[in-house]
Amino acid sequence: MDRAAASANADPPHGEIPPTLALEVTADGAGAQLVLAGRWRLDQSLPRLAAAARLLDARRNLTWLGFDSSGLTGWDSGLVTFVAGVERLCRERGIGCDPDGLPDGLRELLALARSLPQHTPPVERAPSFLDQIGDQVLSLIRATGEIMAFFGEGVLALRRFVTGRARFRHSELWVLIEEAGADALPIVGLVSFLVGMILGYIADQQLAQFGARIYVADLVGLGTVIQMGALITAIVLAGRTGAAYAAQLGTMQVNEEIDALRTLGIAPMEFLVLPRMLALMLMTPLLAVYADLLGILGGAFVGVSVGGLTLTAYLIETRAAIGWHHIAQGLISAAVYGAIVAASGCLRGMQCGRSAAAVGQATTSAVVTAIVFIVIAAAVLTIIFDAVGLSS
Amino acid sequence: MNGGLPVRPAADTPHVCVQALAIGYDDTPVQQDLNFGIRRGDIFVIMGGSGCGKSTVMRCLTGLLPPLHGRVLVDGASLWEQPEDARTRLMRGNGVMYQSGALWSSMTLAENVALPLEQYTTLEHEQIRAIAEYKLALVGLAGFGDHYPSAISGGMRKRVGVARAMALDPDILYFDEPSAGLDPLSGRHLDELILKLRDSLGTTMVVITHDLDSIFTIADDAVFLDAESRSMLATGNPRELRDHSDVARVREFLNRGAP
Repeated sequence: MDRAAASANADPPHGEIPPTLALEVTADGAGAQLVLAGRWRLDQSLPRLAAAARLLDARRNLTWLGFDSSGLTGWDSGLVTFVAGVERLCRERGIGCDPDGLPDGLRELLALARSLPQHTPPVERAPSFLDQIGDQVLSLIRATGEIMAFFGEGVLALRRFVTGRARFRHSELWVLIEEAGADALPIVGLVSFLVGMILGYIADQQLAQFGARIYVADLVGLGTVIQMGALITAIVLAGRTGAAYAAQLGTMQVNEEIDALRTLGIAPMEFLVLPRMLALMLMTPLLAVYADLLGILGGAFVGVSVGGLTLTAYLIETRAAIGWHHIAQGLISAAVYGAIVAASGCLRGMQCGRSAAAVGQATTSAVVTAIVFIVIAAAVLTIIFDAVGLSS
Repeated sequence: MNGGLPVRPAADTPHVCVQALAIGYDDTPVQQDLNFGIRRGDIFVIMGGSGCGKSTVMRCLTGLLPPLHGRVLVDGASLWEQPEDARTRLMRGNGVMYQSGALWSSMTLAENVALPLEQYTTLEHEQIRAIAEYKLALVGLAGFGDHYPSAISGGMRKRVGVARAMALDPDILYFDEPSAGLDPLSGRHLDELILKLRDSLGTTMVVITHDLDSIFTIADDAVFLDAESRSMLATGNPRELRDHSDVARVREFLNRGAP
């Protein structure tokens, strides 16, 4: 039989004798032989252990069991596992088991699995309801502590940066700035232009009823500059850059690269997190300005093509509507969102476990955390701007 | 050949045959002019200093990296001249243990070992589970089936890697640095396991290692790869090479630096 051809082929080979199982009882009824014949290999469908149990249970007074393997035409682990199971069945039923009739190699393999020192895993009991609540509370406290520590370390790193003592590679900062900023221009531009158009359409449909189509420019301009430009930029960056940060730092955690930095006395907070925070805090406001411009262009496209306005009239109206305090609101929001995106990406990356699955979870969690906190920050900032009189 | 009834076929029909092989990345050869045969049922060691391209050779033999020139014949079929699906079928006859285990981290140890069985056999769930437990017992990890790879040590991960490589009882088992990172006792257990598996199942074993104790314990045949000349310097039984090789560097390597 050609073993290689057999296992290199998904279909069981033709002309093979399928594996069979029978019990031959001796004349006195006390002993029996388990007759194994045919091809007992993994590429066949093998008899189940339950079949052997039924054969054994059908005879009452069995005291010993032998094996007859003379009819075997081939075997592998499929048979080894089966025989190991039969031996266990015999032990449970108090039947003596005599392995002499098995092929030599098989007996060796059975013995090998038994002879090795087996490590016993610690027994884990299922936690009670109270334990679970306790665990949850403790992990919540721990998570809060980790976030606080992260922000604390972040502020300290920022202070060392301001005083010029932070340890990081400046060339890497420029690469990060390019990745977070310039490389994001096409996607931020596309999304902003289209959202500007959508706002324009909605405004145009409503305002046309009052003959006030020129105010499309006010609505789109203010909406974009105060909030939408910064928000769109932040959400695109959360998916694009924040996720990348979490995956990068998470993989570094898995490869023990972060440990290697720590043992050198280099704080990962300064070396890895600080440049990423800086890159995003600098680039998000710039991208938001760009998003504002393209959003206004999207609105203008609708105002001109659908609303029948002239481009000049649209732009003059926009300029009249938008004040410096509106732009300031947008820029402050964008800087805050950028910090949130960078912080959640880096935090989840640094918290990452040590496996590939953990990197995936860290990435997902980074995007979710960023978007939740961006929306919360947007609400809080709106209230603050109103309170300090920036929005009037 | 017949599992369990080991009948060695004639020694002149190699199981794997490497002909004028050159391997490397981006047209830069790491190793070239490789010619050797691996006999069926042999334990064949690929040895050489660090960075000589041992693992790269293994990647080519196991179907992961196409060669720059030359052929790899597995049972007479040229691995890299097959259409994709035929090559995949040939590759399924290989079991590979990777250097650091390469376990799938989102699956438990038992699921790691069971996955090949689930994909390529028609066995019942409980049979697969029993086989997976047996394979884990073979590497000394019975009862660890429900643990995740992240919860066990590096050495244990390596042994689970062996268990997974053996899942389908492959024709050829490849081991990439099996004893590296293991304590001496576990390393010896693994060597014994390799020998016993070969003796009882007749599996051809290809072992990449530079652990001399292991080489002299298990190897029937070996090839010595050299980083400087980017080619093989010698083939043959390591004990004979140690005492009688014409090449000084091979004798030096096998005698721990003493010429």
